[in-house]
Amino acid sequence: MGLLSLAIWTPIVFGVVLLALGRDDQARSVRWVALIGAVVSFLVTLPLYFGFKLGTASMQFVEKAPWIERFNVNYHIGVDGISLWFVLLTAFINVVVVIAGWEVITRRVNQYMGAFLILSGLMIGVFCALDGMLFYVFFEATLIPMYLIIGIWGGPNKIYAAFKFFLYTLLGSLLMLIALIFLYVKSGGSFDLALWHKLPLDSATQTLLFFAFFAAFSVKVPMWPVHTWLPDVHVEAPTGGSAVLAAIMLKLGAYGFLRFSLPIAPDAAREWAWLMIAVSLIAVIYVGLVALVQKDMKKLVAYSSVAHMGFVTLGFFIFNDLGVSGGIVQMIAHGFVSAAMFLSIGVLYDRVHSREIASYGGVVNTMPKFTAFALLFAMANCGLPGTAGFVGEWMVILGAVKSNFWLGFASASALIFGAAYTLWMFKRVYLGPVANQHVKALADINSREFVMLALLAIAVMYMGIYPKPFTDVMDTSVAELLKHVALSKLN
Amino acid sequence: MIDKLSWISVYPEIILLIMACVIALVDLGVKSPRRTKTYLLTLLTLAVVAVLQATYAIGGVTLYGFGNMVVSDQMGNWLKCFATIAVMVTLVYGRPYAADRDMMRGGEMFSLSMFALLGMFVMISGNNFLVIYLGLELLTLSSYALVALRRDNATATEAAMKYFVLGALASGFLLYGMSMMYGATGSLDVNAVFKAINSGQIKHQVLVFGLVFIVAGLAFKLGVVPFHMWIPDVYQGAPTAVTLLIGGAPKLAAFAIFIRLLVEGMLPLAIDWQQMLMVLSIGSLLIGNLAAIAQTNLKRMLAFSTISQMGFVLLGLMSGVVNDNIHSAANAYSSSMFYVITYVLTTLASFGVILLLARDGFESEEISDFAGLNERSPLYAAVMAICLFSLAGIPPMVGFYAKLSVLQALIASGQAVHIGLAVFAVMMSLIGAFYYLRVVKVMYFDKPITASTVSAPLDVRAVLSVNGALVLVLGLVPGGLMTLCANAIVQMLGT
Repeated sequence: MGLLSLAIWTPIVFGVVLLALGRDDQARSVRWVALIGAVVSFLVTLPLYFGFKLGTASMQFVEKAPWIERFNVNYHIGVDGISLWFVLLTAFINVVVVIAGWEVITRRVNQYMGAFLILSGLMIGVFCALDGMLFYVFFEATLIPMYLIIGIWGGPNKIYAAFKFFLYTLLGSLLMLIALIFLYVKSGGSFDLALWHKLPLDSATQTLLFFAFFAAFSVKVPMWPVHTWLPDVHVEAPTGGSAVLAAIMLKLGAYGFLRFSLPIAPDAAREWAWLMIAVSLIAVIYVGLVALVQKDMKKLVAYSSVAHMGFVTLGFFIFNDLGVSGGIVQMIAHGFVSAAMFLSIGVLYDRVHSREIASYGGVVNTMPKFTAFALLFAMANCGLPGTAGFVGEWMVILGAVKSNFWLGFASASALIFGAAYTLWMFKRVYLGPVANQHVKALADINSREFVMLALLAIAVMYMGIYPKPFTDVMDTSVAELLKHVALSKLN
Repeated sequence: MIDKLSWISVYPEIILLIMACVIALVDLGVKSPRRTKTYLLTLLTLAVVAVLQATYAIGGVTLYGFGNMVVSDQMGNWLKCFATIAVMVTLVYGRPYAADRDMMRGGEMFSLSMFALLGMFVMISGNNFLVIYLGLELLTLSSYALVALRRDNATATEAAMKYFVLGALASGFLLYGMSMMYGATGSLDVNAVFKAINSGQIKHQVLVFGLVFIVAGLAFKLGVVPFHMWIPDVYQGAPTAVTLLIGGAPKLAAFAIFIRLLVEGMLPLAIDWQQMLMVLSIGSLLIGNLAAIAQTNLKRMLAFSTISQMGFVLLGLMSGVVNDNIHSAANAYSSSMFYVITYVLTTLASFGVILLLARDGFESEEISDFAGLNERSPLYAAVMAICLFSLAGIPPMVGFYAKLSVLQALIASGQAVHIGLAVFAVMMSLIGAFYYLRVVKVMYFDKPITASTVSAPLDVRAVLSVNGALVLVLGLVPGGLMTLCANAIVQMLGT
């Protein structure tokens, strides 16, 4: 069993064990087993980074075994510079989420922890899959644990949110399924991604495929105008669910663009890039404005996620190395920052049971330690230099300027909205005099919450100050991808 | 003169027949209200028959017997093997339910089930229009009686009447179609009919006239739109154990007669019957899924869901012949076969949970009866959830691979119409996902109305757990069953 298989199956095995054996009267040991499972799952991903060979765009840690011979489906996994960091990110966020749910979740703890562990394994599988069908199976299977997480542990309107999440994303993926089967038939009976990348396709076919994949990935990212499920779901999901959703699940869609849309239908991608750039810019500017007027903190961060993911897709479709690398860096950074933002809201919610901005004010007076963390994450969300949020956005804007000055200008000016809604929220929630009795009664974060936020704070700072390990890994793969996309596949 | 080979081809049927009679007699002496002795003897017989069928299937020899009237081939043997297992599982799930409802004053449930199974066997191995018809009648007559087994229950009796009247009508259709075919081709033998049609000497109109009636009769038995009206009423009205007996194993037999009559007998008419099947499947996908949304009764919802699932099976059956080219036939028919087998597996487990939750005087067939099942029994909630996700076609459950293989067969035909149909089918399964998810929602998100724990006899618990696990495990490693179906169909087409 290879390292990647370990990374995928360790959390799943731990999750299944928890589901099968855990009971609520042993919640304490369930939590510890979950934490051990999450930490072990994270540790087994570390050798991937240290053993990763730079300077090659080929897949590494490849494992290939026949899975469904009748349809020539293989258990074919591997990572390159584009996917490597997401494996680590997923496993890392999983640890944080287990810590975050520690004493907050008291009902059916084993199912909660089990669902997150299984979900983490499935998402790692999505990032590693090199076989179209394997990718689809992992991609779709993530819906089940997330649906249950939202529905069981969510807020008052959880059922609406759970259905909206499931059906919205299923709609997109089903069209992708047709596209995958079509490619299987077209390629003479293979689900091998590398083969699909080389498959010549005429213009009309490429356009259809591109939009079928677009249906799946744009909903997942989510891009404007199919982003409407995200705020609803974020508001109702439990804190851990929101964190995983924003940090990892949205990236599945963006990653899909890089792995499927661009290399399989490069001509269509270039032809329709104007549309992608347009909707990305709308996401950055319009959704940024929408975020400004939100009264609910989670909704605000959800809209801010849509805006940040707009930068990602913008970067991808300007087709230069700064843009694409910037997009990927932005994905990783947003993984840390959005998880941190949602967990911070969770810390407040656990105490006051309100997500309304108006219920707070002057939190800094009662929770100084926590506010320090919150300030760091808010700054990272605005894209302040020295934090993770800066690097990706800066690269994307540089890339945009390189391809078209006005495009760069538009996206750069959009940064101001990000700063505006984040800082304004920060001001209203944390600064000023103590607003009410609830805030007055707040107790500062305990050591568990401190560890959880500190882990994320370290990641955010490290990535902001020294992003080289992140960019080094992806350089060659991104260059190779761009070279591939620049070539026409028309025959 | 009947040669020795003829007998070999029907050994399992003979064992089943003798034992069905023996068990009916033995049961006269059984006093226990749960009929343990009859039950065990039935299970033992069925186990022997299943093993025998599996042995035949693995042997892979095609035998014709009794003057070409029956055939024992790999496809038939596997289908018979799975049908036997399905009936066994049904009896395991159904016995406590039947005992609580006064359905076991005699041992009829066991002997009738065995006769129904014998009917399925004859349908599956019939190689002659009349033999197939006889098998069908044996199955349906036993089913009518089984539905009416709760004789003092009004809904069950009503369902039985409805089933009987409509079933007789459909049998009439089928028989009329067969007689047309006989008139046109001069033979009832499936292979001879094939040769006659293939010769191109027979007037097309006559053949199509007969074909319409045969397809209508078959569609009725499979329960697809617009011949589906009996399905919801019978599913809901029949005692749940009998519903499972009707909704489970017979689907395998129905698939087999589609293959025997339409493919083995009338493949040269494929262009005609494929169009009919297309219309039937579009209707089934549409009506089945839309009507299922409105149901509050779980059995009725599953009935409409069955209709839509059978629409998928037809999608596979109708994509075999493209432009008179039968290259993709094996691919298409084996995907349908895989679909039917996995469907039966999933149906068994989902009805198993319904039967398990039913208690004396409580049917547990409303969706709301499942509220908070996860808090009462996480295991059975998980089994039910796995089944529902499988029916909705969400990976990694086995139902996904069934949909995948059918869609693949459709798209592989390369015709724009078929690709359009594939898109239509996935959109319909999106609607399907909604009502399946609703049941998951009730089980997991709602508060339980009763705190009572769920208890079940050991045999039910064990079989249900294995059954539920299989739906998931076959989803993780679906390759073996797919290959099995493919090999069986290739062999069937080769002969």
